[in-house]
Amino acid sequence: MLVAFPILTALGTAVFCFLMRDQRQGQMLASLGGALIQVALAVALLWTVTTSGPLSAQMGGWPAPFGITLVADTLSALLVLSTAIVLLCVVIFSLSEIEREQERLGYQALVHALVAGVMGAFLTGDIFNLYVWFEVLLISSFGLLVIGGGKAQLDGAVKYVGLNLIATLAFLTGVGLLYGATGTLNMADLNQAVSGRMTETAILASAGFLLFAYGAKSALFPVYFWLPASYHTPAAATSALFAALLTKVGVYSILRVFTLVFETDGTPLAPVLIVAGAITAVVGVLGAVTHREIRRILSYNIISSIGLLIMAIGIDTPLAITAAIFYLVHNMLVKAALFLHAGLVLKIKGSEEFDKVGGIYEQAPWIAVLFLVPALSLAGIPPLSGFWGKFLILRATIDLPSLALTVLVLVVSLLTIYSVARIWLEIFWKSDERGEGCAPAPALMVAPIVLLTILTVGIGLYPDLLYSWSDSAAAGIADPSTYISAVMEDPS
Amino acid sequence: MRFLPALLAFMATAWFWSFLPAISAGETRSWAWAWLPDQGVELALRIDGLSLLFALLITGIGTLIFLYTAAYFRNDDRLPRLLTLLMLFGISMLGLVLADDAISLFVFWEGTTVTSFLLVGFDHNRRYARASALQALIITGLGGLALLAGLIILGQFAGTYRLSEMVLMGDAIRASEIYIAATIFVLLGCFTKSAQFPFHFWLPGAMAAPTPVSAYLHSATMVKAGVYLLMRMSPALGGTEIWMWSLTICGAITMIVGSVWAMKQDDLKLMLAHTTLMGLGALVMLLGSGTKEAAKAAVLFLLVHALYKAALFLSVGILDKQAGSRMVDDLGGLRGAMPLSFAIAALAALSMAGFPPFIGFIGKEVIYESALHSAASPLLVTGSALAANIMMVACAGLVAIKPYFGERRAQKNPGDPVFGLWFGPAVLAALGLWFGLFPAALGHDLLEPALGAVTGKAAEVKLYLWHGVNLPFLLSLLTFAAGIGLFLVIGAVRRALQAARVPGAEDGYDLGLAGIDRLSAWVTRSLQGGRMTVYLKLSFAVFAGVIWMAILMSNTELSRPDFRVPLFQFGVVVLILVSTVVVTFTPSRLIAICALGGVGSGIAMLFVMYGAIDVAMTQLLVEILVVVFFAIALLQLPRTPISLGFRPFDMALSVALGLGVIVTLWAVLGTELNLYLTEYFEKYSAPKALGRNIVNVILVDFRALDTLGEVSVVLIAAIAAVAVMRAGREARK
Repeated sequence: MLVAFPILTALGTAVFCFLMRDQRQGQMLASLGGALIQVALAVALLWTVTTSGPLSAQMGGWPAPFGITLVADTLSALLVLSTAIVLLCVVIFSLSEIEREQERLGYQALVHALVAGVMGAFLTGDIFNLYVWFEVLLISSFGLLVIGGGKAQLDGAVKYVGLNLIATLAFLTGVGLLYGATGTLNMADLNQAVSGRMTETAILASAGFLLFAYGAKSALFPVYFWLPASYHTPAAATSALFAALLTKVGVYSILRVFTLVFETDGTPLAPVLIVAGAITAVVGVLGAVTHREIRRILSYNIISSIGLLIMAIGIDTPLAITAAIFYLVHNMLVKAALFLHAGLVLKIKGSEEFDKVGGIYEQAPWIAVLFLVPALSLAGIPPLSGFWGKFLILRATIDLPSLALTVLVLVVSLLTIYSVARIWLEIFWKSDERGEGCAPAPALMVAPIVLLTILTVGIGLYPDLLYSWSDSAAAGIADPSTYISAVMEDPS
Repeated sequence: MRFLPALLAFMATAWFWSFLPAISAGETRSWAWAWLPDQGVELALRIDGLSLLFALLITGIGTLIFLYTAAYFRNDDRLPRLLTLLMLFGISMLGLVLADDAISLFVFWEGTTVTSFLLVGFDHNRRYARASALQALIITGLGGLALLAGLIILGQFAGTYRLSEMVLMGDAIRASEIYIAATIFVLLGCFTKSAQFPFHFWLPGAMAAPTPVSAYLHSATMVKAGVYLLMRMSPALGGTEIWMWSLTICGAITMIVGSVWAMKQDDLKLMLAHTTLMGLGALVMLLGSGTKEAAKAAVLFLLVHALYKAALFLSVGILDKQAGSRMVDDLGGLRGAMPLSFAIAALAALSMAGFPPFIGFIGKEVIYESALHSAASPLLVTGSALAANIMMVACAGLVAIKPYFGERRAQKNPGDPVFGLWFGPAVLAALGLWFGLFPAALGHDLLEPALGAVTGKAAEVKLYLWHGVNLPFLLSLLTFAAGIGLFLVIGAVRRALQAARVPGAEDGYDLGLAGIDRLSAWVTRSLQGGRMTVYLKLSFAVFAGVIWMAILMSNTELSRPDFRVPLFQFGVVVLILVSTVVVTFTPSRLIAICALGGVGSGIAMLFVMYGAIDVAMTQLLVEILVVVFFAIALLQLPRTPISLGFRPFDMALSVALGLGVIVTLWAVLGTELNLYLTEYFEKYSAPKALGRNIVNVILVDFRALDTLGEVSVVLIAAIAAVAVMRAGREARK
């Protein structure tokens, strides 16, 4: 039953937090406690899965494929752990950042509800259930976007929801088609049911609907508009949560559904993913070098990273999938750190725009260093986690061999360096033209960034652990037989 | 505390020195730790002749420069930060030359890039320093990335990242099809790092760094990293036409451009930066020649250059500190007031100009010797070396004679500096003389093992101050004569050069960067214009495209539609169709919403006809609620009519999307429905789940987790709704 606990803990914590929304202390404790339990559960889950193989649980005791199965393989467990770590950091940060008013409206409850959706998506073995968790995280993210916000936030939220609803609609239609054609929803069962039927219109169209849906969720070109429209508007804790988790659920779904459910050999999926990924990476990084506000830049950096990731998934060699998973986890941690840092800058300087802020390197050098390390990691500078991600993706393109993709990765990396260097120059190095000092940095804001920074340095110095997990996750993706037998032959 | 870095560096020097006997006897030392074993990446370090020579330069010059820095910034509270960065740089640089694993080498390589970026931008309040730091970062970052690709390609071919194993596979590598790509990538890395044409311009920009930093990074060590890697990779990649010509030509151009531009500079530090370009160009050009003599000349000149150039940089720093300026025209006649500084500058400059008995003389002789036998083009190589050396003589005069002779000029009351400031450059300058007088041990102990690593086989280095009267010696005499002549007319030359306006590679960089900025602004503006309608259209277009792609690639034959349905079902369909048309064409929002309700009710009726009463009731309730809520919301809005007008693109899009969905649904109808789930539910609903209404049992038992999720959605939506209303109220305020 360990598999169900991350979801239940998230929902339970959300309820607790909502019930205690008027008692600040109580809500803080509940939220923090929930986050800590999540980390512990996730560690236990990953430990179990890596030592004894995929873990599954049949909800309601109905055997698969008749009920809903929850299942964790290494990929799921790894992402659950990353999610839990990000959650913990965001919750700690939010304790300092989020205003009383927003807390009273149920901020902490929404955070945990969102995480329930994310955990559910990572852990479910049922494609309709996956849709349900998508809805949970969509509606909670909408709540977080608008909570206590003004006009800009509402505007961003409307675009976010409007475009995401199209994706949701596509997802539902695709699931409907799939059910109509096969009569089942369990993904392991679908693996058998779909086998040999990829040329049928219903199946292939269903794959198309789902690809569109997940592509939009991942913020893939040309359906990424919702992301830059909304990520810079809410509280930093919120945008850090979004940056780390939302798009990654889309990427996870592509990775899972297009290996477990659909047979992609003989379909144009690989070239579609490679081309879309490559364009996304370039368009994203171009957006990042043109903006003059920290979180807007970072938002486009997300899009660019997603592009590289999807490209690696499209390359679809064992190394490329390992690279994608490694890069995915690295990116969740580093993006969270940088978005939180943007919130810290906002707190101590009152703005995050190039034209208004400066001088942090002089006034608060350690805060500057705390930005520099994850920023360098994002830029793929060794010996940080981002370097190994870049190294592995680069190797995957060289192994193909594809000179064009290699050069593309190099160009995107260079422009990424440029984009974060601009932040460094303008926000940290340039002196503050308004002549204003720094407000003191709250410890609760600094601590989670330190934690995430330590993780990126740690992964950089000792990449072997994450690499071996990614490798085993990739092996599980390449050969889903253990996953399937864990679902279908569950003794319980 | 502030002398701690110098002490550490000194200890490191001593430690490396202790390896000298073993290494010069032809041994090597190596260490390795696994790093990412699955990918064959190790942290592998190895000391051979070449890495030892570099390690001694890095730690030895480092010791002197750390000492100098502590004195130079003694009253500056940024000293700890500066020393920390310098130490970090020194460690990276050491790692770079000691690494035997290509990926470890790259890790340290990037370490020097980042620390150099931070050091160039040390005076971060100045816009120029920031721009220079960015420029250095982008150029060397570009090269670094290319280098990584090149090293991975080589590693993949060789089956190992060990450099010491790669260099043994030179013939196989040169014969393979990856050779060209790998070489281009590696050369990009080396040329950017060592500021070779056309990437040379970042180096003068890097002079925005404090003087000790320039002396250490941008003349003695970091910029030699590219040269180091060229030397290291010579046995693996060298000896081909592409290698020979790209090195010879880029090196020669860099050398000439550097020398010419050096003469026109007003700022002595910038002048030295340009002469560094000359030195780096000379090294690269020599390595391109591919002969053993050229490699020997390169190894020797590497040391020669490091000694005199670091000393000169530091002595310019002394002028800046003690006389208040480092501009050529601000200084003069200082030898009386600053005798010690003058002596240092003179010793170093004599070595730079290549006068005997300095080591610079021997270096120049050896260069001429090898140039005359260059495998590329003796005429080109010798000619450019001669021209550059002549200009070096003139520049040496500008640095060592101009400020110290003639009419006395200074920006403040001049005088010799404290011990910490003169000690370092004095040692370096004196070493230039010492090695010149006693070159044999230097050649045998230090240069011979290094040369062995560069050429890939054992080599002998015999150095003499006096070579006899031969062609190189005559060329030397010509160099002195022409150089002194040039110095005598330097004023006119400088004026002429300063009047000339030649577009350089830097303009290319500026244009490129501005181009990227403009391109990205344009792309981002056109894609992310902020208009929701555009986003929606694009999204729907992609959606339709994906569906149609899937349809066209699949091969299900659509079944013949069965139109024999009861008449009243037709009635419902007509209701739905009419409502749809009304929605599309009415200018009133209220009517549009009512008509949408009509569509929904029609669908509910279809559900009733097919026996799905539960679903129909749900659908109907939802439709009613939606219409009511929308109507209420509309009452709040201004009653402007919807602007109508025929939009062909929108129409095409709707039709394509609608048809796509119809076709796919139609295709599903053609496949046989698999009912095993339904049968299971029917069978077990009553006996095991204890419920007779199968739909209910599915909702609350078989698929209860879905229901839990959906219930959560409703609750969360309620919380969000409260938040929206609050936000709306805030927005109105």
